[in-house]
Amino acid sequence: MLAAGTESLLRQAREVGAVELGRFCARISALLQAEDWGPDTLDALRRLFLIVAATKYSRRLEPTCVALLQTTLCSPRCPERLQLLCAAVLREMAPSNSLSLSCDHAQSSRQLGLVASVLLAQGDPQQVRTVGQCVVKVLESRQSEGPSLTHLLPVVSKVASLAPDALPEEQTKALSKRLGDWLRYASVQQGAAHASGGFFSTPRARQPGPVTEMDGSVATDFFTVLSTGQRFTEDQRLNVQAFSMLRAWLLQGGPERLGATDADDRSELEGSTVSVLSAASTASHLLPPAEWLREKALEYCQRLLEQSGRRALRKADSDLQKACLVEAVLVLDVLCRQDPSFLYRALPSLRALRTRLCGDPACARVLLPVAQFFLHHGEAAAVDADAVCQHLFTRIPSEHFHSPMLGFEFVQFCRDHLLLFGSNLDLLRTSFPNLFKFLAWSSPALTSEFVALLPALVDAGTAVEMLHLLLDLPSLTAALELQLRSLQAASERPLWDASVRAPGCLEALRDPQAQGLFQHLLRAKASGTVERLTPLHQLLQPLASCARVLQCAQAVPTLLRAFFAAVTQFADGALASQLALLLLERSDSLFPVEGYEADVHRVLSSQFPGLCRLHPPLVVERAKELLEFVGSLGGPRSTGHMLTSVVWAIGEYLSVSWDRRCTAEQINRFFEALEALLFEVTQSRPSATLPKCPPQVITVLMTTLTKLASRSQDLIPRVSLLLSKMRTLAQSPAVGPVHGEDDLGAVRTRATELLNLLKMPSVAQFVLTPSMEVSQPRYHRDCNTALPLALDMVSRLLEREAGLLPG
Amino acid sequence: MVHAFLIHTLRAAKAEEGLCRVLYSCFFGAENSPNDPQPHGAERDRLLRKEQILAVARQVESMFQLQQQACGRHAVDLQPQSSDDPVALHEAPCGVFRLAPGDPFQEPRIVVWLGVLSIGFALVLDTHENLLLVESTLRLLARLLLDHLRLLVPGGANLLLRADLVEGILTRFLPHGQLLFLNDQFVQGLEKEFSAAWSH
Repeated sequence: MLAAGTESLLRQAREVGAVELGRFCARISALLQAEDWGPDTLDALRRLFLIVAATKYSRRLEPTCVALLQTTLCSPRCPERLQLLCAAVLREMAPSNSLSLSCDHAQSSRQLGLVASVLLAQGDPQQVRTVGQCVVKVLESRQSEGPSLTHLLPVVSKVASLAPDALPEEQTKALSKRLGDWLRYASVQQGAAHASGGFFSTPRARQPGPVTEMDGSVATDFFTVLSTGQRFTEDQRLNVQAFSMLRAWLLQGGPERLGATDADDRSELEGSTVSVLSAASTASHLLPPAEWLREKALEYCQRLLEQSGRRALRKADSDLQKACLVEAVLVLDVLCRQDPSFLYRALPSLRALRTRLCGDPACARVLLPVAQFFLHHGEAAAVDADAVCQHLFTRIPSEHFHSPMLGFEFVQFCRDHLLLFGSNLDLLRTSFPNLFKFLAWSSPALTSEFVALLPALVDAGTAVEMLHLLLDLPSLTAALELQLRSLQAASERPLWDASVRAPGCLEALRDPQAQGLFQHLLRAKASGTVERLTPLHQLLQPLASCARVLQCAQAVPTLLRAFFAAVTQFADGALASQLALLLLERSDSLFPVEGYEADVHRVLSSQFPGLCRLHPPLVVERAKELLEFVGSLGGPRSTGHMLTSVVWAIGEYLSVSWDRRCTAEQINRFFEALEALLFEVTQSRPSATLPKCPPQVITVLMTTLTKLASRSQDLIPRVSLLLSKMRTLAQSPAVGPVHGEDDLGAVRTRATELLNLLKMPSVAQFVLTPSMEVSQPRYHRDCNTALPLALDMVSRLLEREAGLLPG
Repeated sequence: MVHAFLIHTLRAAKAEEGLCRVLYSCFFGAENSPNDPQPHGAERDRLLRKEQILAVARQVESMFQLQQQACGRHAVDLQPQSSDDPVALHEAPCGVFRLAPGDPFQEPRIVVWLGVLSIGFALVLDTHENLLLVESTLRLLARLLLDHLRLLVPGGANLLLRADLVEGILTRFLPHGQLLFLNDQFVQGLEKEFSAAWSH
């Protein structure tokens, strides 16, 4: 098996010791010195490469060996394979201080390319500049030699990307001019076959014909990357390379960038009609290099747009057509930004393209750069931008959610152009149910992307609906799986998880109520209504064990945190209140995926106090619902995080100081409900089905009851009785083995503290229901009002009192 | 801009034995290291690069495993078929994900990956590249490497000792990390030249 052999080979390579390596280097040095280009050297160099590459720690090679590798690299007679290996070994050692290689040593442009690859890998900006200057000089001097240039153009492009200022301006201008020539004036005849010679060859060699289009017809215009033939000439290869590096070259300032003053002139030009006439009538050969290249690039891209509409004979070619379409649109976008007078020439073709693409489901990914183009040139293309955004947000996700590459590009597109959407931003926000389909389907790859996008999507109008959908995300995944099963033809390779059977799900969907809920879940736009999906959960239950659903469920807590971080930035009181209610309602109606409810509860319970802090009166506003929530807890549910959070919030915020509408009657009702809950929680015997109650629940209940009592003081005797009962219970030997000693100790300590506090009711009120000034630093510095001093006084008084009591 | 190309092992499930091993990696140009005049700076830079590549390989592997799980495909699919069956490359799982700045590269980057049998191919790129072209280039490289190395045959030529072949293919089809718009005939022409040069 591949794995076993690989493992042992890597280990052997790593375990080669310094001495053995030295001997090996000596052997290689001998072979290279003798210029032995045979199979032994090939094998030795391969092994040397593996030894150097297999470990992340640097290997010390003998200096003579390194020197010989460098000379072999630049030797005129050495075969390509060995030179490639020498370059590879030198590159693997990079960055290295002992390299004496330089561009001058290279004898041919192919070697220069190899030397450049070694030098560029050193990570030294100065080297990059030197390489750039050297290569550009060579390019300039060898004007007519074809094969040499194809090796060097990629180096130029790489240098321009790594260090845009590395290339001198004169040479970049000259190169821009030549790039324009290669793009536009490559030969339209196919390359000639090599003369076979020999006895049987005919003297009249067949003339190579013209190049063809992708659909087999004869080429109608100049050569491009979408033109094909049996063999290619050198200038046609340069054409391919020139287009491949075009966009980067245009962006990184191959042609001079427009200065600030130019930009002002250009923006006036955009609105004038004069520019249309002047652009059309410019005599091309009089243009300076930068404009020359742009002009040729424009013609090239428009030709590509036309060529991509042809039906390619080979599948690989139709994939290339799509890639070329994307590139052409991106280049046109750059050109129009650099020279707005091009806009009027490019816009008609792009409009036609948009119409063509919107009707073709296979071209969804190409639509994104088209949309980007319209957004970048909004003043001229507002209607087109709106139309394409409409199509993108409402149609594409529901049809193509299963493509992870499209999902990624789609979200990147949304993030990049948030500021340009204008009125389309509302459309984006209301289309969040559609967008979430990408997320539900490919959650591992897209979660971090959506976390970055969420702040822009969250809106006061849709926040509640969005939270519902986020909590329902795993059920959305299951619903999408089911939808694919029902839609896809049997012969196609299934996109859904074939290992999970879902008998009866599809039939059960025929029920009209289920259909309604199903369609609601799969809606494309925010509907403004909220539907209870619990019946659907039962229907989708068999799919809850799908790996995809599980992955989505694991991603939801992260998304919830991002959601709350975003929503708390702008939520007002009413929204906070609504969201808090939502948390209570949904905490028990989640899709039953393994571990999902526990994870969600953990997040929701940590967010609930935050919402209450935002808008403290919500506890009083939602008193009825909170009371119901507390009343419904008990039994197996009472150990949840939600309980702790809610009870704590009640204790904190159910008071007149936070909301004037709080009545003593409310406090009493809550008291009774919580008291009953505390009894239930502590009396029930833990068993296999009922997990034991964590001490936090008991202590928070006791503390909240005490807080409530401090506000409605006739409850104090009841609470004191309760607390002493709790303390006794915690000390009784019966509960000892079940709960840990630490837990019981915590309960005892808290009960004692609270009892002590209650002995001085006004102090209790002060401690347990602090007024809002407590958060001010002045409160604590002022020695008349500081809390620590008060508590200190209380404990001293109590000690003295205890000392006075007998026993 | 393409920053790096790597080939590494892929395990079908996390439970499988072994580690993720990088079989081949190549940096096209390098992230400019801060000017560090100390002599051990070069070694540390190299160590950093190797670890960055390994981090990418591990992330690709886990993305691959998650995707396979989600599609319900299990380890049995990764067994090599007989060498006569063409490997269905256009159906091979592929994906893309983002690398946050600092993790592991200084600048934010994107990784596009392709998983064929138990080998992963990945390209590390800048954030705004033509992903359609990247995807088709990756499939092309994978096809060429698998064809010429005949990795399907157990005990056949091992990738680790064929660096010259990988280099030869990269020089022609991804020179200095330059993504090329190559139509089918063009690819065939280049491939013929390559086979001719390599058969000597």
